[in-house]
Amino acid sequence: MKRYWSIGMAIFTAAWLIAGWTGEAVCGSDAPSPGINRRADFWRGVREGEAGTTTSASEGHKVLIQNGGQNWRQIRNGPIAGAAPWLLSAVVFAIGVFFVLVGRDRLEEPRSGVAIPRFSLFERILHWFTASLFILLALTGLSMLFGRAVLIPAFGLGAFAAYMQAGLLVHNFSGPLFFAGVLVEAITWAKENIPKRMDLVWFKNLGGMVGKGPRPHAGRVNGGEKVWFWFMLTAGLVSGVTGLVLDFPIFGQSRLTMQIAHVIHASMGILFLAASFGHIYIGTIGAEGTFEGMWRGKVDKVWAKQHNDLWYEQKAKELHLGTN
Amino acid sequence: MARMKFLCDTERCIECNGCVTACNNENNVPWGINRRHVVTLGDGRRGEKSVSVACMHCTDAPCAAVCPVDCFYTTEDGIVLHDKDLCIGCGYCFYACPFGAPQYPQQEAFGVRGKMDKCTFCAGGPLPDNSKEEFLKYGRNRIAEGKLPLCAEMCATKALLAGDGTVVSEIYRKRVMKRGGRPDALGWQTAYPAEK
Repeated sequence: MKRYWSIGMAIFTAAWLIAGWTGEAVCGSDAPSPGINRRADFWRGVREGEAGTTTSASEGHKVLIQNGGQNWRQIRNGPIAGAAPWLLSAVVFAIGVFFVLVGRDRLEEPRSGVAIPRFSLFERILHWFTASLFILLALTGLSMLFGRAVLIPAFGLGAFAAYMQAGLLVHNFSGPLFFAGVLVEAITWAKENIPKRMDLVWFKNLGGMVGKGPRPHAGRVNGGEKVWFWFMLTAGLVSGVTGLVLDFPIFGQSRLTMQIAHVIHASMGILFLAASFGHIYIGTIGAEGTFEGMWRGKVDKVWAKQHNDLWYEQKAKELHLGTN
Repeated sequence: MARMKFLCDTERCIECNGCVTACNNENNVPWGINRRHVVTLGDGRRGEKSVSVACMHCTDAPCAAVCPVDCFYTTEDGIVLHDKDLCIGCGYCFYACPFGAPQYPQQEAFGVRGKMDKCTFCAGGPLPDNSKEEFLKYGRNRIAEGKLPLCAEMCATKALLAGDGTVVSEIYRKRVMKRGGRPDALGWQTAYPAEK
């Protein structure tokens, strides 16, 4: 105990000394200097966005010239708006190449006709609730970023503004609902998505989708689905929290906070959308027999054995299906 | 063609807020919206300085660059105006503006802000000049009447100048020559960077 105390004191003293020394070097000593230039101080204050006094209660009005705005503009109109179309089309292109070269992941045996329950009604409602909100958010969000370049030339200023007015409302109201959906999904699916050693093997074999290698083992959720789950949760949390910062400008959050929140929100949104293309592909045309699991709630026995063999064995025991 | 600019002489501004009152009254600006405001740096300390700021009608206007619905336009006189019938109240111009010019009638949950409002250089908006609708949405159109913005017209110390950039800067230059010191037109570097 005594040892920890002395280490702590040493760190504290060192930090205090360093802080004191750098403080002195940067700010100068407190002693008055004869040649002080108050005029220069004023313009320095303006340049550095120093907060002054004003009778206006509006956010940001204490600062004469804020520098964050130009940075925000350059990041939004530059890298974000510039990279997003390339990233999104690159992902679509990559999926297209994968589809052409590798093709669909078909069922390796003819359908057995034996249906195995995969997702409960609650899980499916939860999934489609979140998914439909995701699509709404993606479309309205993309319109906010690219509508001016893409939709205004096609539909005109008035029509686009009317659509975007509604789109902004839709985005702002469905955002919190989507975030709630993500949180409920996290609670519902977190346990079965905890990574296990066999997931590494799943990735080594590329999920058995490429080549003729043996199908890797998987429980109810395979390695790829786990990666999507944790990415979805991270992206959902990040875009959700930053979205709330932007959506509720009633808690006195500063303009700078909102600029930063917007940059994170837009970047995360684009990454989320890009990753969702992979999820949508594999859940629809990418892997035969997958979609019915989330749509009707049941999958064919053959699908279960092929993709989630350990889960199938467990299910087979529960449902008394026999070993084969 | 004139290039309209604002210039606030920091050596003359006495923080009386007369410009703010003139603006609010002339343009019937609703409560809570501040098209113009006066900022004092170093208030109460020796060498304190005050500046009156509003929309500076920038050459490369950041608000117009980030507007998702492209509702801004620049008049022949270099005045930056916007169309409230297009504005969706997203708040982007407020993030981008260096001078804190864009204001919103509301600031509520779910990002409900209402149509953005800002200084129009007393030049109204896209509706017919000096029509009732234009006045209600954008305020007075003094430019169409051949007058300059009322904030500058009513400035007691003539600190706030509004008008053609060359005329305004010439008045300011003469002042600086007489009283000495360096010319520092606040915000001009930000709003009107090296025009070619």
